[in-house]
Amino acid sequence: MSNGQIKVAYWPGCVSRGFTAELHGSMALVAERLGIELVELDRANCCGAGVIAEHNQELADTLNARTFALAQQTGLAMMNICSTCQGAQSECQQRLDADSSYRAHINEVLSGQGLSYEKGKDGFTNKNFLWLLVEDYGLERLAEKVVRPLSGLRVGPFYGCYVVRPKERLGYDEFPERDLYLEKVIEALGGEVVEYDGARKCCGFPVITMNRETSLRQAGTHVGDAIDAGADCLVTPCPLCHLNLDMQQPEAAKVVNRDLGLAVLHLPQLVGLALGAEPKQLGMSKHIASTKWVEERLASVAA
Amino acid sequence: MASYTLKVRRYQPESGKGPFWEEFQVDLEPSLSVLDGLLQVKDRDDGSLSVRCSCRAAICGSCGMKVNGQSGLGCKTQIGEAHEAANRRNGGGEPIVVEPMGNMPVIKDLITDMESTHWEKIRRVTPWLLPHGEPPEREYVVEPESMIDITQSMACIQCGACVSSCLSMEADPDFIGPAALAKAYRFVGDPRDAETKERLHDLAQDPHGIYDCTHCFSCIDACPKGVAPMDQIMRLRRKAEENDVEDPNNGHSHMAAFTRIIEKKGTLDESLLLQESYAPGVKGKLKPTKGAIKGLLGSIPTAIRGLKTGKMRSLPKLIPGVHPKLPDGGQDEVKAIYEHAEEHREEFNIYIRGEEDVEPEPDEPTAAILADEAKAAAESEGS
Repeated sequence: MSNGQIKVAYWPGCVSRGFTAELHGSMALVAERLGIELVELDRANCCGAGVIAEHNQELADTLNARTFALAQQTGLAMMNICSTCQGAQSECQQRLDADSSYRAHINEVLSGQGLSYEKGKDGFTNKNFLWLLVEDYGLERLAEKVVRPLSGLRVGPFYGCYVVRPKERLGYDEFPERDLYLEKVIEALGGEVVEYDGARKCCGFPVITMNRETSLRQAGTHVGDAIDAGADCLVTPCPLCHLNLDMQQPEAAKVVNRDLGLAVLHLPQLVGLALGAEPKQLGMSKHIASTKWVEERLASVAA
Repeated sequence: MASYTLKVRRYQPESGKGPFWEEFQVDLEPSLSVLDGLLQVKDRDDGSLSVRCSCRAAICGSCGMKVNGQSGLGCKTQIGEAHEAANRRNGGGEPIVVEPMGNMPVIKDLITDMESTHWEKIRRVTPWLLPHGEPPEREYVVEPESMIDITQSMACIQCGACVSSCLSMEADPDFIGPAALAKAYRFVGDPRDAETKERLHDLAQDPHGIYDCTHCFSCIDACPKGVAPMDQIMRLRRKAEENDVEDPNNGHSHMAAFTRIIEKKGTLDESLLLQESYAPGVKGKLKPTKGAIKGLLGSIPTAIRGLKTGKMRSLPKLIPGVHPKLPDGGQDEVKAIYEHAEEHREEFNIYIRGEEDVEPEPDEPTAAILADEAKAAAESEGS
């Protein structure tokens, strides 16, 4: 656990600047309050979300090698704020790191652009904000920054598949508790963890355009289970999960045939609330599922 | 020897009662398996505890079960590790939770009925070779290299752990599922099979086929043999595209649109992706399917809600194609990557190629021995 200044090469992703722009905005605000310096990789490209790899695996690997190379140019460790980016990039990185001749082949095209991805250069890592928060920033240091403890707020964690599986690829050998970090963060912020069935399941988003009913049944079931377990809100480090759990929530309610209406917060929003930021500053008014109940629960605790 | 508590989900249909939980104490070395624990229960406490097993060495695939919610083989899960996993969250005092496989009807205790959710789906993909022409006089002869590609899917032992873990099947029981689709790739990738395109067409047309997998990676973690069924499903999608197989589920159009957008813009233009997934080539020849029109119409209420909260209130989100390109020549770099990768299309499979050994550190004793040997050699030459 470091007490020093943290500075990272920051890859915000696509959806976090698109349909869930409040994620990118709240991350910037929270980073400033935490004292994390973000060097934004504004020339980096989409991770492919596993979809480009379906078309051409080498293409996905090269696109992500370019992002890693851009990050390595800064000499900093890389941070992302999207479970899907984490998973898709880790998959490509695993292949790139597995074989030097494959890496050389991929670097052929990058070298024409003055770029090169080098395995392990300067101890290169790419971590989701959740991982960075627990492993590098530290939960004690986070707890010290809390000015409005989330006392009495019952929060259901929702990880997103891409930071949970496959364990071997995602560094669980070294960090076996990565699938417990959301619980740890919720507790460090003073909130109460709600256990429910869906925390590590799939939100269904990847098949929303292919099998809408299956997709929405997954989202609706998890939101419903969290409500039944007494959650005031969910928190997720994945903007794609957010699209299905929040933006599609009224549609999911129709598929599972029950009332839903549960606030779904992005991880930086939950952190931001505990750091004293106002819900509006954190873009919570942009959500489809109302966050009013969360705001009312917290209003009793002075900022 | 250590003592462990197994909390087993039981079901004894002859009792007329519903499923119930029962705890048992077992005493075993931590390196022994959860299955060994269950067999000890059977031996010492309750002979009626029912579990399928045979080889106890992760070869026969009989003892599929869930341990602490994780699908796998009971014989391949060490009881000491299972105990640690059960206690990671609360630090201690939690039993090892053992349940029958998921997504399947339970016959008795840990024994599930694999017929309807596993075997029927396996038969669904025509799991035998369909060569054309007269059979050769002797065996089919193929280049060994041409079979390497399917060795991963051939490693399947039909235990059903992936089916048990499948989160798509949990929401859509009709999904063909990871085991059957991995088996499908075993024949799609076989150079002797002559009905590749027909197989792919069949699996792509099915609304519960290759485009019903949500990329949740559960089957990859569940599989005790490294088959990575989800990876095989992605390869089926790749093969479907290579064989120009269209589908009514917008699967191919979604993938093609996504890939094209990143080539043009570098980051994702979400509104263009939605439009192009449902109605590819809307500006040229518009030929959306019935399902696509329904899907597009279905997304309208969501867009209106987004407009109300301000989520969608910006030009790039409303108008497909307005999304900006990467700045400072970034887009040209992405284009160059596309040219290179589309020309080569290398598919690096770690299962087959393996991970390269880490560069060996200079090993001091070995170096010393080599130096001694060199010295001895020099001396003998000199003498």
